[in-house]
Amino acid sequence: MERALFLAQRLTAMLLAPLVLAHLWLVLVAVRGGLTAAEILGRTQGSAGWALFYGAFVLAVAVHAPIGVRNVLREWSRLPRSRVDLIALVFGLVLLALGARAVWAVVA
Amino acid sequence: MSAGPGELTVRVWRGAEAGAFASYRVPARANQTVLDVVTEIQRRHAPDLAYRFACRVGVCGSCAMTVNGVPRWTCRTHVGRVAAGRTLTVEPLRNLPRIRDLAVDLAPFFAKWKAAGGCFEGSATRADPPAAVDPAGPRRRAADAGIECINCAVCHAACDVVGWDPDYLGPAPLLRAWTLVNDERHAGRARTLGKATGQGGCGSCHTQGSCMKHCPVGLSPTEGIAGLKRLSLAALFSGAP
Repeated sequence: MERALFLAQRLTAMLLAPLVLAHLWLVLVAVRGGLTAAEILGRTQGSAGWALFYGAFVLAVAVHAPIGVRNVLREWSRLPRSRVDLIALVFGLVLLALGARAVWAVVA
Repeated sequence: MSAGPGELTVRVWRGAEAGAFASYRVPARANQTVLDVVTEIQRRHAPDLAYRFACRVGVCGSCAMTVNGVPRWTCRTHVGRVAAGRTLTVEPLRNLPRIRDLAVDLAPFFAKWKAAGGCFEGSATRADPPAAVDPAGPRRRAADAGIECINCAVCHAACDVVGWDPDYLGPAPLLRAWTLVNDERHAGRARTLGKATGQGGCGSCHTQGSCMKHCPVGLSPTEGIAGLKRLSLAALFSGAP
């Protein structure tokens, strides 16, 4: 289990590294380029590419971040292990739900 | 209690988990080691002071203690190098149960050493010829880089993750596992890798590098643990256990 979580965190980190850079670059371009919300939505709505890009982003975050939070809580808090696992699981599900909602809102 | 001219003030932990520092004044001498100071305190001030040593020359690793907050071999630590203002604070090693005064119980450390798959399993019998191992091969060189560990537990005391996570096997056991998975004669390489990459294994390491910074032999458990992490990822892609 621990090895699987470690590997899942590593692999999602590899995926997130380019995705985060592309996302930041995109934010800078959109802001500096003066794109309006309507113009952005015009490009993202119905786009399979953007759905795939941000869908993968959200999935990777929902796997990566809770594993890290679980490690931090296991080391730094006195909570029982089962409670820590539950908190991490709920945190992951919340990230997944919020992220999926945001992706749906811009591509659907 | 301030030290007079030619004297050292030494604060020494007395007691077990519960205890307090006691201060002693000992003469400052040329080329004095911290172990010399502790021995002088036991001989002249506190005959009941408990501490461990054997070889006095940095071979056995039994005299490791915390000196002014840093884990060290006391036999290889000259007082002049560490005594700021001619005061010394000597405590037992961190992250291990205290037995009495400066002696800690190393049993949990060696239990982790075994739990990391550190026991060699031969793959040949007496009748077989000696294994032909290329000393310049990459795997033998990786094993050689960590083979000089004498299990003094200085890295175990230096590691913050060992203190935070009771499951974490620690730097020395994982470095031992790294030398074994690179040892072509070891029959249990897959077993060792499984243990060293499983619960409390290499994945728990934060790569802070305290083990590497404080290792008195100059070894790098950090590098060995990084190697185990790479193998753990490689094993996933190759479908190995």
